[in-house]
Amino acid sequence: MEVTKLTDVTRVYKIGEVETHALRGINLTIGDGEFTTLVGPSGSGKTTLLQLIGCLDQPTSGSIYLRGEDVTRLNRNQRADLRKAKIGFIFQFFALIPTLTAYENVEMPLLLSGQNNGRRKTRVMELLDAVGLSDRAHHRPDQLSGGEQQRVAVARALATNPVLVLADEPTANLDTANGDQVMEIMQKLNQETGTTFIFATHDPRVIKYARRVVTLCDGLVVENNTAKKKD
Amino acid sequence: MLQLFKMAYRNLGRNRRRTFFSVLAVAVALALLLMIAAILEGEMRGAIDLSIRLHTGHLQIRAKSYEEEKLSLAWDDLVENPEQIVTQLEALEEVKAAAPRLNASGIIATRDESVGVQVIGIDPLSETNEPFYQGMVAGEYLTPDDREGVIIGLPLAEKLDLKVGDTINLLVNTSNGDVDEQLFTIRGLYSTGTPGYDKSTIFMPLAKAQTFTRTEGHASLIFILLNDIDQTDAVAAALQSSQYKIETWREMNKLFVQMTGFANVYMAFLNLIVLGVTATVITNTLLMAVFERTREMGILTAIGMKGRQLIALFMAEAGFLAVGGIIFGLLLGWPLVAYYTKYGIYFGDMGMTGIIFGDTIYAHLTVSDTVILIIMAFVITLLAALYPAIVASRLEPVEALHS
Ligand SMILES: Nc1ncnc2c1ncn2[C@@H]1O[C@H](COP(=O)(O)OP(=O)(O)OP(=O)(O)O)[C@@H](O)[C@H]1O
Ligand SMILES: [Mg+2]
Repeated sequence: MEVTKLTDVTRVYKIGEVETHALRGINLTIGDGEFTTLVGPSGSGKTTLLQLIGCLDQPTSGSIYLRGEDVTRLNRNQRADLRKAKIGFIFQFFALIPTLTAYENVEMPLLLSGQNNGRRKTRVMELLDAVGLSDRAHHRPDQLSGGEQQRVAVARALATNPVLVLADEPTANLDTANGDQVMEIMQKLNQETGTTFIFATHDPRVIKYARRVVTLCDGLVVENNTAKKKD
Repeated sequence: MLQLFKMAYRNLGRNRRRTFFSVLAVAVALALLLMIAAILEGEMRGAIDLSIRLHTGHLQIRAKSYEEEKLSLAWDDLVENPEQIVTQLEALEEVKAAAPRLNASGIIATRDESVGVQVIGIDPLSETNEPFYQGMVAGEYLTPDDREGVIIGLPLAEKLDLKVGDTINLLVNTSNGDVDEQLFTIRGLYSTGTPGYDKSTIFMPLAKAQTFTRTEGHASLIFILLNDIDQTDAVAAALQSSQYKIETWREMNKLFVQMTGFANVYMAFLNLIVLGVTATVITNTLLMAVFERTREMGILTAIGMKGRQLIALFMAEAGFLAVGGIIFGLLLGWPLVAYYTKYGIYFGDMGMTGIIFGDTIYAHLTVSDTVILIIMAFVITLLAALYPAIVASRLEPVEALHS
């Protein structure tokens, strides 16, 4: 079954009189358990697309479905609820709340979705273990390296067992070793849990992990390579 | 919820200087308001207390037709056989002291000046005159059988350039409407610390005052002090008679009671200004925090935090600022108030002749004023946080992440 489906999606940013057509009519379907990369030159619309899929933003026209549900016309609170339950985010910068420890950062989405104490604790430790940071649970972000911070962000993105994890340039600020480590963890989690991942990236290292590469240019899908790589 | 408080608390640690100044703003405001409230309350209490001790007593017995402003000395307007009534009064256990007084209007004439004064005939031995015999600053106090002596207030003596032993020419109105005059010797100078009163009041023994004004066997009023001010109404009720009028301190000090109302309005106005300034500081601080943490709030929103939870986060922060500010405000304000409660603030002659105002105000902080001000400081701080909190909750996650 498909996780998300976009039909004729456009997004026009208006700043004063200036209109920027960030997306010009995207048709795209992402299936269950995919590990897909969005590539394309800077300004081609990758981030915009991720934000629309992630219900952070709404399209100017067209429809977006998440697990068959039309999410295009949801209000703020409904979108917040949907993100909380179904979507995990990994950002390029400052992805963690600086005042909270690694443990507390991972715990946050669980708290927001009202899970009880005992289950939260097990889940957080299980996730930190999965990203290899059990021993760093009580460190604050500024006491962690960039790679470690990003692994905490991965753990947090997966906390509520979302159907979809969206990552915008997750390795852009990491050196090769750390970048690979983060990618391998995500790949492993994708295979073990079947969670769907979509990345936006310029980084060839990320592309090499992807099983499907979607290329954007000027707000349009120009290449949709479904069988780029077989495991 | 607990996590929210934890986050709010830690957020305060991020910019310690700013947090410190916000707490300080609340603290200084509260301390200032406590001080203002204490001084106003102290002033009102002090004024009423003074007025009772010097001027009105807790109760007065007067003739039905007596009019205070006119200082009438017609026999019909006076109390007859006051000594007899005083003896009866002193038998009551609620009564601390009672004594007749005769009030007359007079003029002191010196070689180059004459001033209007109130001449009061008193029973020099009565405890009701404690403020005057305690307040002697030069010379001697009066003796009951003195026929030529008066005591005058220190500020009056200074004004007329008089000293102990000097002679003054005193003119008074008499019971039949004439004016009589006689030379008196200044036996002593008193000061009650109430320039307005001391400047315009002179004393002589009751017996002399009666013969001088042709009111033998009469008094303007009987001045009564009680052991406990709260017994005023009970004693007043017990003394009711068809012959006389009983006045309580509350009736006789209407002006002060009205002024208390005025003082409360004045204080509400000051509170508004001081708390308004504080609110501005808090609003600014939190608004700065909102702009600094835009990205972070974007992340929280992205992972599903709702607008009202962000509002709660900022309100919790403001709550901590308020509590901290209130604690420091009390630590700052209480010693200050305590100091001025003990030592008072010296204002000198406030220039209000005839109005009884002490030259020193002793602060007096009531529990209800304290509680009201604490609640106000808390509520105002939270209200001040509302706008920044709403700004935070309205941020679109996308915008938040872009900046
Ligand atoms: N909030 C915004 N307001 C106005 N224009 C925007 C906004 N966000 C993106 N754009 C514009 O939309 C276009 C697509 O931007 P987008 O960030 O999606 O590209 P991208 O593929 O992610 O680029 P990069 O690889 O540099 O991250 C760009 O021209 C960009 O300037
Ligand atoms: Mg981008």
